Amino acid sequence: MSDLYLVDIKGKLNEEPIRKGFGRGLLVAGKKDVNVVAACADLTDSTQMSLFKKEFPERFIEIGVAEQNLVTVGSGMAAMGKIPFVSSYAAFSPGRNWEQIRTTICLNQQPVKIVGSHAGISVGPDGATHQMLEDVALMRALPNMIVIAPCDSVEAEKATMAMAADKHPNYLRLAREATPVITTEKTPFVIGKAYVFNKGTDVTLFATGTMTYQAMEAAEKLRKDGVSAEVVHVPTIKPLDAEVILKSVKKTGAAITAEEGQIIGGLGGAIAELLSENHPTLIHRIGMQDRFGESGAPAELLEHFGLDAKHIALAAHDIIHRK
Amino acid sequence: MQKLSVVQLETIANDIREDIIRMLEHAGSGHSAGPLGLADIFTALYFDILKHDPKKPDWDERDILLLSNGHCVPVRYVTMAHAGYFDKKELMTLRQLGSRLQGHPERTRLPGLENTSGPLGCGLSQACGMALAMRMNQIKNRWVYVVLGDGELDEGNVWEAAMLGGKEKLHNVIGIIDRNNIQIDGPTESVMPLEDLKAKWEAFGWHVIEINGNDIEAVIDACAMARAIQEKPTMIIAHTIPGKGVDFMENDFQWHGKPPDHEQAVKALHELRTLGGKIRSEHE
Repeated sequence: MSDLYLVDIKGKLNEEPIRKGFGRGLLVAGKKDVNVVAACADLTDSTQMSLFKKEFPERFIEIGVAEQNLVTVGSGMAAMGKIPFVSSYAAFSPGRNWEQIRTTICLNQQPVKIVGSHAGISVGPDGATHQMLEDVALMRALPNMIVIAPCDSVEAEKATMAMAADKHPNYLRLAREATPVITTEKTPFVIGKAYVFNKGTDVTLFATGTMTYQAMEAAEKLRKDGVSAEVVHVPTIKPLDAEVILKSVKKTGAAITAEEGQIIGGLGGAIAELLSENHPTLIHRIGMQDRFGESGAPAELLEHFGLDAKHIALAAHDIIHRK
Repeated sequence: MQKLSVVQLETIANDIREDIIRMLEHAGSGHSAGPLGLADIFTALYFDILKHDPKKPDWDERDILLLSNGHCVPVRYVTMAHAGYFDKKELMTLRQLGSRLQGHPERTRLPGLENTSGPLGCGLSQACGMALAMRMNQIKNRWVYVVLGDGELDEGNVWEAAMLGGKEKLHNVIGIIDRNNIQIDGPTESVMPLEDLKAKWEAFGWHVIEINGNDIEAVIDACAMARAIQEKPTMIIAHTIPGKGVDFMENDFQWHGKPPDHEQAVKALHELRTLGGKIRSEHE
């Protein structure tokens, strides 16, 4: 798509962890607005807040391993006009501190920016305890919360800057492993918008986060098989871009969703809800099927749990047969 | 603002207790013991200690008062109404559909509330966050007061905040623990012992002052002392009598979470009116 300035995935792709883009975006946001502040729960390097901490030590607070305190301190800072970014691993924040987020941030309407790094199965060897799969469901259920899962580091940088300018509570989902960079500086990103990354007519592949690259790969495989797959990248899982999503399925008549998390309450759940109420469509949801992960190499795990391009393509073939 | 005398403050606190009884009876649900026990502290705060303006609740030089144990909000609503934030008639809308006076406080519904609370353990963290933001903005003449329940101290979140406040030496945070020794399941020392409470807070790097929380003058003095401490945050352990002022409610944990019925309210109001008369006559 020329107007989206995407990288041609048939060529050699640069790879970078999505969280790196967050680190850069936070630094830029901090330079742009003196009210941007940051707090971390003993994972400053891992979550890439270290760039900000180095530049603005007086605007950074080390909270220690205390995720309940992390978000409630964020609520207090926001009440005084700050724009706090608070980070940890997604398994701990929002995994550990959901009620504090609900009461002191969402109901209290404070624009705290919750950054959950190391989300998804691709965390790898650390195993099921650290592979956060339910964060999207947890955050999506909260009124006032916006949920964003960028597809690569370049988009993560833009998402971070957009969050700094947004007046709502936000959740940003980041991954640990290097992910192919498929967008460019010129690729648009607006909170609440979904983007057609590949035009097609036979089936729509809706994907978010790291799975968008896998969906693009799947579309390429499908093209070789004579199937025209549309890829819709959904970086904002809440609120969903209903217009773009419905327009696509009205054309293709079949939907595959792909995410690195539980399909229950995740992108799969969200799109199933939207479609069943507005335009009932055949749908197949790729993601974690109501189970936990386990230790393994990231690529190995994606394949094992059926979260790769190959499995997306297979699901697409299957759903087209069922149309 | 003209300083009020102790007898004037005590009279206000007694009037506040009467209105707490009236509003709780009318609402038909809500917490009695805590709000009655806190009436002296809230009177001291709103009528002497806090820098605030009921006509400008968003005034950017105001002191902040957070209520961490949100279930005690009836005392805050009544005190705010007495201080002029809104008409006392609105007190009778407590817990009704569409009311600004929610069963547990919601900041976005009522100007003058600083936080949304109910689920316990969050207020001290929010106070620390506010103090940190003030420090970043080089604001030195504002204070963040936060009222906590003693049962609330069972929450781990409180001690996470205690560590941070001590580490960052957030001296403009002044905590007030409503040490009334009761919680829903019984006395705090049998549900989950808190003592040695003073030593605990000191060990976390806080200056600790212990007072009789039903002595308005002691509350005012303790807060003045707390403001003078520049090296660390202060925690005031305020010993209060739950249900204070109403004989049959005092020190009985059964009154933690229920309102008086009509007969009990009549009896309570009679007691409080007698008490009010005593306050006035003793000082004449």
